[in-house]
Amino acid sequence: MITVKINGFEVQVENGSTILEAANKIGIKIPTFCHDPRLRPHGSCRICTVEVKGGRNLPTACTTPVYEGMEVETESDSVVEARKEILDLLLANHPLDCLTCEKAGRCTLQDLCFKYDIKETSYDGAKKEFEIDNSNPFYYSDQNKCILCGKCVYVCGQLQSTEAIGFAERGFPTHIATPFNQGLEESTCVSCGNCVSVCPVGALMPKSKEKFRYWETKSVRTTCSYCGVGCQMDLLVKDNKIVEVEPAMGPSNEGLLCVKGKFAYNFVGHPDRLKTPLIRKNGKLEEATWDEAYELIASKIKDAKENHGPNSIAGLSSARCATEENYLMQKLMRAVVGTNSVDHCARL
Amino acid sequence: MTNGITEVRKADAIFLTGSNTTENHPVIGAQIKQAIKNGTKLIVADPREIELAKYAEVFLKIKPGTSIALSNAMMNVIIGEGLHDEDFIKERTENFDEVANLVKDYTPEKVAEICGVDAEDIRKAARIYAEAERGSIVYCMGITQHHNGTENVMSLSNLALATGNLGKEGTGVNPLRGQNNVQGACDMGALPNVFPGYQPVNKPEIVEKFEKAWGVTLSKEVGLTIPEIVHGAEHGDIKVLYIMGENPMVSDPDTAHVEKGLKNTFLVVQDIFLTETAELADVVLPAASFAEKDGTFINSERRVQRIRKAVDAPGVAKSDWEILMELMNKLGYDKKYNSAEDIFEEIRTVTPQYAGITYGRIEEVGIQWPCPTEDHPGTQFLHQGKCARGAGLFMPVSFSPSGELSDEDYPLVMTTGRVLYQYHTRTMTGKTEGINEKAPESFIEIHPSLAEELGIEDGEMVKVSSRRGEIQTKAKLTDIVSEKVVFMPFHWAEGAANVLTNGSVLDKYSKIPELKVCAVKVNKIS
Repeated sequence: MITVKINGFEVQVENGSTILEAANKIGIKIPTFCHDPRLRPHGSCRICTVEVKGGRNLPTACTTPVYEGMEVETESDSVVEARKEILDLLLANHPLDCLTCEKAGRCTLQDLCFKYDIKETSYDGAKKEFEIDNSNPFYYSDQNKCILCGKCVYVCGQLQSTEAIGFAERGFPTHIATPFNQGLEESTCVSCGNCVSVCPVGALMPKSKEKFRYWETKSVRTTCSYCGVGCQMDLLVKDNKIVEVEPAMGPSNEGLLCVKGKFAYNFVGHPDRLKTPLIRKNGKLEEATWDEAYELIASKIKDAKENHGPNSIAGLSSARCATEENYLMQKLMRAVVGTNSVDHCARL
Repeated sequence: MTNGITEVRKADAIFLTGSNTTENHPVIGAQIKQAIKNGTKLIVADPREIELAKYAEVFLKIKPGTSIALSNAMMNVIIGEGLHDEDFIKERTENFDEVANLVKDYTPEKVAEICGVDAEDIRKAARIYAEAERGSIVYCMGITQHHNGTENVMSLSNLALATGNLGKEGTGVNPLRGQNNVQGACDMGALPNVFPGYQPVNKPEIVEKFEKAWGVTLSKEVGLTIPEIVHGAEHGDIKVLYIMGENPMVSDPDTAHVEKGLKNTFLVVQDIFLTETAELADVVLPAASFAEKDGTFINSERRVQRIRKAVDAPGVAKSDWEILMELMNKLGYDKKYNSAEDIFEEIRTVTPQYAGITYGRIEEVGIQWPCPTEDHPGTQFLHQGKCARGAGLFMPVSFSPSGELSDEDYPLVMTTGRVLYQYHTRTMTGKTEGINEKAPESFIEIHPSLAEELGIEDGEMVKVSSRRGEIQTKAKLTDIVSEKVVFMPFHWAEGAANVLTNGSVLDKYSKIPELKVCAVKVNKIS
């Protein structure tokens, strides 16, 4: 273990830890754009710059390993000055459309400009003029808002391992693109949206059906209802509607989702959902009350049981329902109806 | 799964068979790709050249239904070349000699003929798996949905036992669960032969335990499986069929037969949409979706995880558990539950594997069963130190051809599966516009040279027929299938693959239908 001092507080960390990890350990927040603990650190955004006593320049906290006796200041005057300059440069070609930008409220650039009082850029430079790539049905790419942190590229390459996107061109026109700029729809992209989930600004955004602000939503942690991986995710809810899904750091998914988990949630509030019990009358399914439905089912079960025995009744439970519900279905069949003829679609 | 999901990254070699992981379990597919980048060697055996085949050291494009022959040949090589783990076999297993004896006949040359692959590739695959410090077997429905699905699994488990790839991290025999809570439904005894916790319904002391817990007298007679229930309904033996959250009209083999059965019984369907099955019902009950209720799902690695209510259910729809409880009460069983947690508390008392799990303990991170006590951390991988049954049992299993083979009338073998963008019978994904843009309709994969022979062009509507029925679907020309093999995803009710599949051949142990093999013919629509 190595002992270092951050903002005057001592912390012990393992050899090989970075300054950022050491700071996290004692709850000192260093801002980042490009950092993600799942990725190899690449230090490209420079915003996590800190001051190390005795150092010649300001190193990036995410890539610099600690050493015994290291003393770090995370918000010293020179650090703040450097961060302000970085933000000023980022804003030089970033649209200031926070009033209408869908990312507002969950934009790291907006948050840091607020924190360091950067209202506008002091540079009079060129502006990016990329066309928005709207070709994917689930998300869009607005390269005019991209700050080139690279997180999307590395998540797609290192974690999702699809490698659909990369950096194109050099210098000012650098942007994130698919091979030969053919657009997302023509690429190998599998629409998992893992790039969208890590974008710190409004460059990669889900196409939401609802207009909402992040601060209007509540977040509910749950388990994905599609395959058996059991990905953990957060449902963002506004006015009783799911407006977005974000991956969580669950033990089996580690912050990843697939296209179904991330984007296929609109079935929940779909107008075709069943809203009342239905009973077939004269060949047609007609609306009924719960009592009528229960009465009818109970009488049919009792009839069948009396006249043909409990094995004339069977139940199919569901791999889609909760554990508790599967328990009750088999209990209903076994303890109440009196048959073991209960099965579900594990075989299908 | 014997082992945890992310453990695939700790394997030195992965033998992946009958799983199109990047499409059906995309997040595990991504982890397998991560593993390969870090040096894990991949072996793929599948009738289709799936995406992961491109990443494989060895890809065995086997004929559908020949997995046992392949496993036995790999075992033949492993034993023949002395790659088996003698200490593990001696200390931890029994019946090795019988298997060793049986596989003598399965020479790579002979099996290469059966599987339609190269003998040298079988040797290579066997060596990679057996020489790995940690070898993991990952499989899915491509292994199980056969007339000998259970024996397919046994043949894989033989490989793990022979090489000591069990009971340690990064190894194991790992079936990927296709649906969010298949594991939970099985754990809870939504099966005709077991109570919750896989406790047999015909064992007197177990029956007594549940009679005491539930305060009723119980049947000791094993019940019927889905194919038997549908068959029973067709023949008038099942008078009332209660279906919760299933859509057998699209998911089950031989749709015409299923429809006859469902129409010949008093049918109750409880679901979130008016599915193809619900349309046939006498009573339809509106249920809450996963986002509208509390509860738990158990994932493929046996992890008990929470779901939580985020929005209200539409109209007067209720959680499935509320509906079931109210019906129980109506039928004279008075037990009341106030929440899903209430039910979970009861589950713990009768399910030893769940005894130590509480909602409180899984508030942040789920726990993997078995978890016998509240101070037990849960179990990341099974069979550590000792197999659950004592000695790991080798099961000698012989290859036998599929129940329905191609012949003059139906010269092609059709196998079925899924695609990335759709899910099962599309009850949920079919309601998402972008999904339907990406995967709008049913199709059949046909090898270009077969297509040429039949005069079929890419994108053309074709007629596909089997002994069960006939459908029209779109031809997709691709050489990921072999010349005599065609593939169809089963998601769509229109141009449905399961009109064609064979519901009459069942695995003798598990009663799983042989969905992965049936004989068909493809015709141009003139």
